[in-house]
Amino acid sequence: MNLSATAGAPTGRPWIGQSIPRVEDPALLSGRARFIDDVGVRPGALHAAILRSPHAHARIVSIDAAAARQARGVVAVLTGEDIKALTASLVVGVKAPLECWPIAIGRVRYAGEPVAIVVAESRYLAEDAIDLIDAQYEALPAVVDPVRAMSAGSTLLHEGFPNNIASDRSFKYGDPDRAFAEAKRIVTVSIRYPRNSCTPIETYGVVAEYDPGEQAYDVLANFQGPFSIHAVLSRALKVPGNRLRLRTPPDSGGSFGVKQGVFPYIVLVAAAARATGRPVKWIEDRLEHLTASVSATNRATTLRAAVADDGRILALDWDQVEDCGAHLRAPEPATLYRMHGNLTGAYDIPHVAVRNRVVVTNKMPTGLNRGFGGPQVYFALERLIQRIAVELTLDPVEVISRNLVPANAFPYRTVTGALLDSGDYQTALARAVDEGGLAELKARRDKARAEGRIYGIGFAAVVEPSVSNMGYITTVLTAAERRKAGPKNGAQATATVSIDPVGSVSVHVASVPQGQGHRTVLAQVVADVLGLTPGDIRVNAEIDTAKDAWSIASGNYASRFAPAVAGTAKIAAERLAGRLARVAAAGLNTESDDIILAGGFARSRRNPDNRLPFSRIAALSHWSPGALPDDVGHTIRETAFWTPPELTPPDEQDRVNSSLCYGFIFDFCGIEIDRVTLQPRIDRYVTMHDCGTILHPAMVDGQVRGGFAQALGAALYEEYAYTPDGSFLSGTFADYLVPTVAEVPEPLILHMQTPSPFTPLGSKGVGEGNCMSTPVCIANAVADALGVADVELPLLPARLAETVRGAEAAAPPGKHNTPKGDRRLSGKGGARVAAAPEQVWSMLLDPATLAAVIPGCRGVKRISDTDFKADVTIGVGPVKGDYRARVTLSDLDRPNAVTLTGTLDGALGFGFGKGRITLAPAADGGTSVHYRYEAEIGGKVASIGGRLLDGAARVIIGQFFSSLARQAGATAAESKITAAWSRLCRWLGGRR
Amino acid sequence: MKPAAFDYVRAESLDEALEVLRTEGSDARIIAGGQSLMPMLNMRLARPRVLVDIMHLEELRKIEVQRGRIAVGAAVRQAELLEWPPLRRELKLLSLALPWTGHAQTRSRGTICGSVAHADPSAEIPLTLLALGGDIVLRSAKRLRRVAARDFFLGMMVTDRNDDELIEAVQFPAADGRRCAFREVARRHGDFAIVACAAVATDRGVRLAVGGVADIPVAREFDARVGDALEDALNAFAWDLDARDDLHATARYRRDLVRMIGRELITEVMQ
Amino acid sequence: MTRLSAEQRHRVRFTLNGDAVDRNCEPRLLLSDFVRHEIGATGTHVGCEHGVCGACTVTIDGRPARACLTLALQVEGCEIRTVEGLSDKQGRLGVLQSAFRRNHALQCGFCTAGILMSLDALFAQNRQAGETEIRDVLTGHLCRCTGYAPIVKAAMEAAAEMREETRREVADA
Ligand code: FES
Ligand code: FES
Repeated sequence: MNLSATAGAPTGRPWIGQSIPRVEDPALLSGRARFIDDVGVRPGALHAAILRSPHAHARIVSIDAAAARQARGVVAVLTGEDIKALTASLVVGVKAPLECWPIAIGRVRYAGEPVAIVVAESRYLAEDAIDLIDAQYEALPAVVDPVRAMSAGSTLLHEGFPNNIASDRSFKYGDPDRAFAEAKRIVTVSIRYPRNSCTPIETYGVVAEYDPGEQAYDVLANFQGPFSIHAVLSRALKVPGNRLRLRTPPDSGGSFGVKQGVFPYIVLVAAAARATGRPVKWIEDRLEHLTASVSATNRATTLRAAVADDGRILALDWDQVEDCGAHLRAPEPATLYRMHGNLTGAYDIPHVAVRNRVVVTNKMPTGLNRGFGGPQVYFALERLIQRIAVELTLDPVEVISRNLVPANAFPYRTVTGALLDSGDYQTALARAVDEGGLAELKARRDKARAEGRIYGIGFAAVVEPSVSNMGYITTVLTAAERRKAGPKNGAQATATVSIDPVGSVSVHVASVPQGQGHRTVLAQVVADVLGLTPGDIRVNAEIDTAKDAWSIASGNYASRFAPAVAGTAKIAAERLAGRLARVAAAGLNTESDDIILAGGFARSRRNPDNRLPFSRIAALSHWSPGALPDDVGHTIRETAFWTPPELTPPDEQDRVNSSLCYGFIFDFCGIEIDRVTLQPRIDRYVTMHDCGTILHPAMVDGQVRGGFAQALGAALYEEYAYTPDGSFLSGTFADYLVPTVAEVPEPLILHMQTPSPFTPLGSKGVGEGNCMSTPVCIANAVADALGVADVELPLLPARLAETVRGAEAAAPPGKHNTPKGDRRLSGKGGARVAAAPEQVWSMLLDPATLAAVIPGCRGVKRISDTDFKADVTIGVGPVKGDYRARVTLSDLDRPNAVTLTGTLDGALGFGFGKGRITLAPAADGGTSVHYRYEAEIGGKVASIGGRLLDGAARVIIGQFFSSLARQAGATAAESKITAAWSRLCRWLGGRR
Repeated sequence: MKPAAFDYVRAESLDEALEVLRTEGSDARIIAGGQSLMPMLNMRLARPRVLVDIMHLEELRKIEVQRGRIAVGAAVRQAELLEWPPLRRELKLLSLALPWTGHAQTRSRGTICGSVAHADPSAEIPLTLLALGGDIVLRSAKRLRRVAARDFFLGMMVTDRNDDELIEAVQFPAADGRRCAFREVARRHGDFAIVACAAVATDRGVRLAVGGVADIPVAREFDARVGDALEDALNAFAWDLDARDDLHATARYRRDLVRMIGRELITEVMQ
Repeated sequence: MTRLSAEQRHRVRFTLNGDAVDRNCEPRLLLSDFVRHEIGATGTHVGCEHGVCGACTVTIDGRPARACLTLALQVEGCEIRTVEGLSDKQGRLGVLQSAFRRNHALQCGFCTAGILMSLDALFAQNRQAGETEIRDVLTGHLCRCTGYAPIVKAAMEAAAEMREETRREVADA
C-alpha cells in the first residue's frame, strides 16, 4: 500500500499544498450559513438580558427586582444569590482560598460585571425589565494599575489574594546571577503592554436547556474550546460531564481566542434555563462584548539583558507583572505561562531568570486572545534587541542574527525547556532581507530623512509556538504542588473518518473552526490519502460532546489545526486506507502492498488495469462484512487519537516544553510619521514565515494578513481603556477602533518551509505569529523614527506631540492649560442674577427652589437642613435619563459661599461632583454668582458616550445655574428674565 | 441593545408633525434619516415617548435655490445632496466636507438637517453651515423663524431649537466664487473628527471654523495677517476653544492641529 | 393622524429581494431583527447595533444602509435587498460572490453579507467604480479576519468582469 500523498490528485499533484476554493464559501456568500443566532430555538424559548455593574468596585447594598418581575413578558429575574444556589464556583487556576462566579455575589469587581439576569419572552422585553431593576451600591476604591495593585495600601479584591497577588513565582535557568555579575553591559527595557482584544464581529451566543428528568443540560454555544473548560462547566453546573451536552453551531463568526471566554455565560444561561424550566437564549450585544467579554492581559515587564560588546545576549532577567483583571478565570494565568518555554525567543541564550507575578485588578477578566502571551513577551524582548543595537551602536539586524539559534542546532532545547523543532533562522532572515528589499528601504529612509521627514525602520524576530502542551499551565505551581496534583501534559487530538453504504467518505473533527476553512483542508488531506477528490469528502467540524470523539485539548486555539488536527485526520484516513487496501487486494487477487488508491479507484500498482472503484471496496463493510478478509475487521469508521510524545510535563527544574512546534517569523517595516497629524503610516511591511509544510497557501496568507491587521490595530488604534477610577472608556466601536480598509496596508508575505519533524504533515501553526511580531516591529520603527527609548502602545498620535514638537506654544495671558491626562471634569463659570445675595442664598437652601432649579426634578426630600434627596430627569439633546440625586451643602458662609456635594445614579451611570458657589453683590443690586466644580462620571454613559461626556456635563451644570438665575430673577424683576436667560444660555453653552 | 418602546407617527403633513411636537414637547423626537438618533435609541441613551417620521413629507424633500441661498429641506438625505449636480459649483465647501460625514452607508439615510439638529460638535455639516454663515429655519405650530448658525449651536447637542419646533430647512449662502478649504483629522476615516477645519474667504479676510474641539463648532474671522501676527492670532484662537483630553487625543494635540491646519487653510484660501 | 402605539403591532409592507412582505411589528423593532427573526432571512448579520461594523448592511431603494439603524416601520413601501437576493434560487453564485470565493475574500463570513451588499449597490450605481470608490465604500465595514486586501482584490476583479460584460452586451446590441 502506497500512502504517499501523491496518490490522490488526477494530475498526480497532491491536493495538499493547493489553494482550492473553500467548501465553506457558497453558504457564507449567499446568506445560508448557520451562525448561532440563525439556528432558531424551540417554541417557548425565552431570551435573556443582563444587568451589569456601572461601578468598577462596589458592595451591592440591595437589588430590588419587584418591578422588573411584574413587567410585561418577564418570566424570571435572577441575582447572584439565585445563581449561587444552582451552581458551584468556577475553578480557579492557582491554589488559593477563593471563589469565582459568573455573576457578582455581594460585590462587583469590574464595570460591566453581571449583577442580575432577566429572562423574558423577547430580548426587547428583557431589556425593558433590566431598566426596572433598582440596584444600590456602595462604591469601594478601585484598583486599576497592576503594579500599584500590589502595594500595601491597595484595596483588596479578594481576601484569598494577599496584596492582590494571585501567584508569585521565581525561576532560574542556567546561572543568570553569574552572567549578570560578569556582564560588561546591561541593557534594560521597561514596558507597559496595554489591554486589547481581537473582538470577533460575531458576539457570544448561548442557548441552554435543562431536563429535570435526566438532570442534564443541553447547551449550544459558539464556544471555541479548549474543551478542558467542559470539565469546569460541568463542575460549576453540578452535574457529571455526561450530563452536560455541549454543542457548537455549524458556523462561527470569528473568535481569535475570544470565544473561549463565553464559558461563564454558559453557566449563567444554563442556570437560568434550569430556574425557569424553559430553553433560554442569550446573544451578547456589542456593548456587553466590549465591556465584559474577555480581554488580553495587560502586563508590566522589566526585562534586563547581560550583553557582550558584540551584542551577544548572555543572560536575560524577566520581571513580569500580569494583570488578569477582576477574576482569575480558567485557564488563566495561562497567558503568562504559554511562552515560558520560549522566553528566549528565537535566540540562543544560556541563562535566564524569571519572576512572574499575577495580580488582580478591577477590570474585565482576561482570557484567550490571538497571540496569547506572545505580544506581551515579544514586545519586551524585541524592544530590548532594538535598545541593544542603539546602546551598542550596532545594526539591529546584526544583533538579531548574532543571537539566533544556529541552523544546525535543531531540535534545540531552550534553557527554559522548549524543544524548538526545526528551522533555519539565518536563511529565513537572509532571504527576507534580500527578497523584502531591506537595502532599498534603507535608502528610502535616508532620503526621507534628508528631506526632513520623520521615518524609521523596525525589525522583529519571533518564534511562534503552536499546539500547546496541556500541562504548561502547571508551571505556575511548584514542583511539589505538581507532584501532589498529578501530571498534566500532552495535547490529545482526534479525528474520525467514516464510510457510508454507498462508499462516500465523511470526516469529523473536534476542531471548532471559526472561519479558518478547516473543512476544506481536511477534505484535501483525506482526499490525498484515499485517492479521491476533496469534493468527494464531506467534513463536519461541529462538536457535540454527547456523541463525538473529543478530549480536553479539542477546540480551536494555540494554532493547533494544521499541525495536530489535520495530521490526526491523516492518520485516521491512513488506517482506513490500510484496511481498504487489504479488502481491495482480496478483490483484485494481489497483495495489499501492490494496491494504490488513486483517481477514485483501488488498483494494482503492477497492473493498473486491474482495479475496482473505491466506492465498491469502501461499501463492502456495510453490505457484506463476511466478504472482508479476516484481519480487516471493518472499514466503516476510524477514529484516531494523537498526542505528541514531546509534550512532557514540566520537570523538577520547572523546564517545560510549552508547545509542540515553533515556527519562525522575521518582520521588518518602514514607517513615516506625518508632521502635522503625527499619524504613523506604514510605508512597507515585510513578513517572512516558516510554518513548516503549507497545506493551503491562500489560507496561510489569509491567516497572516488577518493576524497582521489585528496586530496593526493593537499597535496603532485599539485599547480597552480604563480611567484611574476603573470606568471603562471603550464601550463602542466608535471608541474601540478596529482598523478599516483605509488603515490596513498589504504586507509583503514571504515563506520558507522547514517541515516539523514532530507533526504528521510537517506543518506548524501560523495564525498567531503576526500578533506577536507586528506590534513590536511597528514600535521599533517608531522608536527609530523618533529616536526615543520609550514607545507606548497604542501609538496614539497625540501622545507623540511632546516628543516631536517639544513644549507647546504658550497660552495667551489669562488662559491656562488643563492638567494633562486628567479626565476629571472641572469647570467654572458665573452668572448675574437679578436678586440680592441674601435672597439667592435662601433660595439655595430651600428645597422648593432646588426642585424648581434642578432640571427635571421631581420631589425634593429634605433629610436635614443641609441634606436633600430627589429624583431627577436629566436630558442633554436626545440623551435623557432618570437619576437619584443626593445633594449635601457644606462650608456654609451665609450669604457669601456654599459648597454643594452631589451624587447621581441611574440607568445611564453615576456621577459625583463637588462645587463651590460664591455670591457677591453686584452694583445693580443683583448678585454675581460664581461657581467652580469638579465631577467624575462613570457607568454606561462613560463607556459609550465618553466623547460627549464633558460637554454634556457642562450643559447640565450650566442648566442648573441658568435656571437658578431664572428662578432668582423671577422673584425680582420679571421683565429681565428672557434677556438674561438667553444671554446666560448662550454664555454657558456657547461661551462666545 | 434594543430601543425602549415608543409610539410612532408617520406624519402625513407638516402640521401633523408640528402638532405632535406641540403636545409632547421634549418627549417627542423627529426621526428623519435616524443615523444619529438610532444609535442613541438602541443604547437607550434616548427614550422618547413618540417618534415622528417626517420622511414622507414631500415638501421637505426639496433642494431650492432662491435669492443667493440654497435651502435644503429636512427630508433631504446627505447622499442626495452629495449627488445634486450643482453642489460643487454652488456649495464647494460642503462638497468637500460631506464625504467626511460618516460613510456611504450612513449618508444614504442620514439627512443634512438631522445632523444640524443633533449638534454634535465634531460633525461636518454644522461646521460647514457655520463657516458659510448659513441659517436654520425653524417651524412650530405657531410660527416660523430663522436663526443664524452662529446663534443656533449652544452646547454639546444643545441648540436654540425649542421643543415644539422642527428644523424645516437649513439655508446655505451660495458660493459667489469665494475660495474655501476643508481639512479634517480623525483617528480612522469616517470617525468623529478630532479636529475639523473649514475656511472661507470673506470680504475682510478668512473665516476659519473649527469643529471637534469646543462643545460647539466655533468660527473666527482672520484678516489678512501673515507671519507672527497670524501665528499669534491662531494660537489665541486655539486656546480659546478650551480643548480637552479624551480617549483619542489630548488638548494640546487638538490645539496643535488648530494652529497648523488653521495656518495651512488660511494661507490656501488667501492666495 | 395615525399614531402607532408602542406596544401594538402595526402593518408594514415592502419588498424583500423582489418578494412582497406584508407583516406586523412593534414600532421599535429594528429592520435587522425584522428580516432575521420575523422573516427568517438570517443572511444579514448583526455585529454592533450602533452603525459602525457594517455587518447588517442591506440596500434600501438601491442604496446601502444599516439595517440596525433603521426601524422596520421606516421602510414602508421600500425595496429592500439582502444577501439572499444575490444568488439565484439554485444557489448559483453571482459575479461578485464568485470573485470573493476565488480570492479567499472571506474567512468566517460574518462581515461578508454586508460587504457584498455595499459593493453590489456601488456597482449598480456606478459601473465605472474603481479602486478608490471600492475602498471608500469598504471603509464602512469592519472585517476582523481577512485584513481586507483580498476583499479589495475580489471587488476589483468583479468590477472588471462586470464592465467587460456590459461592453460585450453593448457590442452585441
Ligand atoms: S450591526 Fe449594523 S452596523 Fe454593526
Ligand atoms: S470574514 Fe470574518 S469578519 Fe470578515
